[in-house]
Amino acid sequence: MNAVANYNFAYLDEQTKRMIRRAILKAVAIPGYQVPFSSREMPMPYGWGTGGVQVTASIIGPDDVLKVIDQGADDTTNAVSIRAFFAKVAQVQTTTHTAEASIIQTRHRIPERKLEAGQILVYQVPIPEPLRFLEPRETETRKMHALEEYGLMHVKLYEDIARHGRIATTYAYPVKVEGRYVMDPSPTPKFDNPKMHRSEALQLFGAGREHRIYAVPPHTDVVSLDFEDHPFTIQHFEQPCALCGAEQVYLDEVILDDRGGHMYVCSDTDHCEERREAGHVGVLGMKEAAE
Amino acid sequence: MTALSVRNLAKTFTMHLRGGISLPVVENVTFDINAGECVVLGGPSGAGKSSILKMVYGNYGVDGGEVLIAHDGRQVDLASADPRTVLTLRRDAIGYVSQFLRTVPRVSALDVVAEPLVVRGTDKEEAQRRAGEMLSRLNLPERLWSLPPATFSGGEQQRVNIARGFITHHPVLLLDEPTASLDAANRAVVVGMIAQKKREGVAMLGIFHDEDVRAEVADRIVDVTGFAPKVAA
Amino acid sequence: MSDEPLLRVSNLTKYYGSRLGCADVNFELYPGEVLAIVGESGSGKTTLLNTLSANLEPTSGEALYRMRDESWRNIYELSEAERRFLTRTDWGFVHQNPADGLRMTVSAGANVGERLMAVGDRHYGKIRDTALDWLGRVEVAADRIDDQPRSFSGGMRQRLQIARNLVTGPRLVFMDEPTGGLDVSVQARLLDLLRQLVGELGLSAIVVTHDLAVARLLSHRMMVMKGGHVIEAGLTDRVLDDPREPYTQLLVSSILQV
Repeated sequence: MNAVANYNFAYLDEQTKRMIRRAILKAVAIPGYQVPFSSREMPMPYGWGTGGVQVTASIIGPDDVLKVIDQGADDTTNAVSIRAFFAKVAQVQTTTHTAEASIIQTRHRIPERKLEAGQILVYQVPIPEPLRFLEPRETETRKMHALEEYGLMHVKLYEDIARHGRIATTYAYPVKVEGRYVMDPSPTPKFDNPKMHRSEALQLFGAGREHRIYAVPPHTDVVSLDFEDHPFTIQHFEQPCALCGAEQVYLDEVILDDRGGHMYVCSDTDHCEERREAGHVGVLGMKEAAE
Repeated sequence: MTALSVRNLAKTFTMHLRGGISLPVVENVTFDINAGECVVLGGPSGAGKSSILKMVYGNYGVDGGEVLIAHDGRQVDLASADPRTVLTLRRDAIGYVSQFLRTVPRVSALDVVAEPLVVRGTDKEEAQRRAGEMLSRLNLPERLWSLPPATFSGGEQQRVNIARGFITHHPVLLLDEPTASLDAANRAVVVGMIAQKKREGVAMLGIFHDEDVRAEVADRIVDVTGFAPKVAA
Repeated sequence: MSDEPLLRVSNLTKYYGSRLGCADVNFELYPGEVLAIVGESGSGKTTLLNTLSANLEPTSGEALYRMRDESWRNIYELSEAERRFLTRTDWGFVHQNPADGLRMTVSAGANVGERLMAVGDRHYGKIRDTALDWLGRVEVAADRIDDQPRSFSGGMRQRLQIARNLVTGPRLVFMDEPTGGLDVSVQARLLDLLRQLVGELGLSAIVVTHDLAVARLLSHRMMVMKGGHVIEAGLTDRVLDDPREPYTQLLVSSILQV
């Protein structure tokens, strides 16, 4: 503790961590239920993942290996800052490799590699209440959760179909957890929704500004809401990753020039790198390799 | 057979807005009407003819007495019945042809006439067909049938009203000046309709100011002046 | 009319602290029966309506309701889940201001379909067909199904609110000044529509209004309220043609004749 003697381990004081752990235990016990907790001020602004950071700080131990991603990437500002933060205040080992990490804090993605038992995925959540969009009263939405009144969720999907001819919601797509609570999976693309279903990893969700924690324990049913005649589907990409040739992964569009040139590449940078290291090459990857 | 039996009806209005003064209207109103008989209330204006008709139909409450109507093999006292019973009696036992049509916005003349049948479960097309027959009989031009009667002339409205009142088969029918604003030809039609109701065994109680009509339809005249309240000594 | 009532209200009393809302209200409502509650502002008619519709808890008294399974339940002893289920399936509530009863930012179709989705309908096509059917019945053009009620006129909004309430086939509908705040010509249309729907569907309804013409046209029976008490009750035409109480006489004589 020499270098950072002024910090308690993982920044938060022990009482706070205990309080948050209690909230997490309750959240695990009631999958999908939003547990209120006393969110603390963190040394970063709201919107930068203060909820996720507090959850991570409360569960992390000296032996953990931490990975942080933002939109699937390990090298964006948000991911780099949070990784550096924990390296400093908890002196834990960090990694960019999904397979090596015991805790993965994420914003907007679930890694492509299947998560395993023992791993914990911590989501940063801006708005935890899936019903808020149509019912702004918190007193009312709590009642609706308590009484399992979820017709309103389908009103939102109905509006999508009426307006666009299909369910146009592509991220923060509502799910029902273990047949009981409807949950906002945070602004991950709906592409990732099926990965939540019966995942072997523990999934924890922290909303710092909104003071809520919720969880999906391993092997829990997570079902995306839909209509019988408009079933849930995930996004489909016409072409594989331009760099590693991967199919059935979530791709980001990258603009290459100001003449309309663009390419689609893996949003999960670690996944893409690992594949390229293993010799997989996409259309533009060959050119890159040739240069 | 007595279809309607009125016993000792009494009515006094208390006008609270005029210092609570009491206006006795009638007392000891007593008469019977048999099936197939038309009884006409006689007497000058203000003698209480209209009030008696309204008490018999339940529009006015009574201070005493009974209005016994044969219904389901029993005699039911409409004057003391609860609102539901009154509504049941009005549906099945006693009809009313009022002087003025209370128009409902947007409802066509044909449907105004057909409605009493529809409410009683007659198929809508059948009800409209019979409504058309009634209106033809009363010489209401067919071009008016599809229009709401609110803009009709007094005579046209009254014919719609008569058609509506006569379309059902109520064993007791109250007639409140049904011929008041009709021409001679249509008065004759109504007289014919009343005669037909008599043949069907309907007991009728009416008010007719037109002496010719009264003479034609009345089997008996009950003079209302006999029910005038005795002035308290 | 059925021989068994739908609702039995006894000694219903509501105080706001020490201030009286309504007191000792007793009546029975039968299937297919429309009851009007009339009185001036502050007479307690809206308090009574809100208590009857279980939006307010009474201070004392009870309201027994014959549920769809024929069991009699005191509506104030239902669990919140039961009560909320009842209010969005077997009951309706038509607010004076349609914005209070509609979701103004979702389409007309979704407004009508919400109750269906709430009771578990999960087939978009069927929900939409039902919504279209109901829009037709309340005379809202089919091509407005995807428009938000924000873009509707007052009369259309009110008709939409009625469709939204009736879509689950409720047996009892509460209405709070359903024609208040509408132009006279629009009122007439709405009244006619209500009258027709109530008749066709055999609905029971409790209608609060200060407009005696509305009471005359819609209701079978009426209760006149003053100072929180029911001062006169009976057949609608009896109360209006032969008012007994001083206050009722005043009300009736205050109607403007056209």
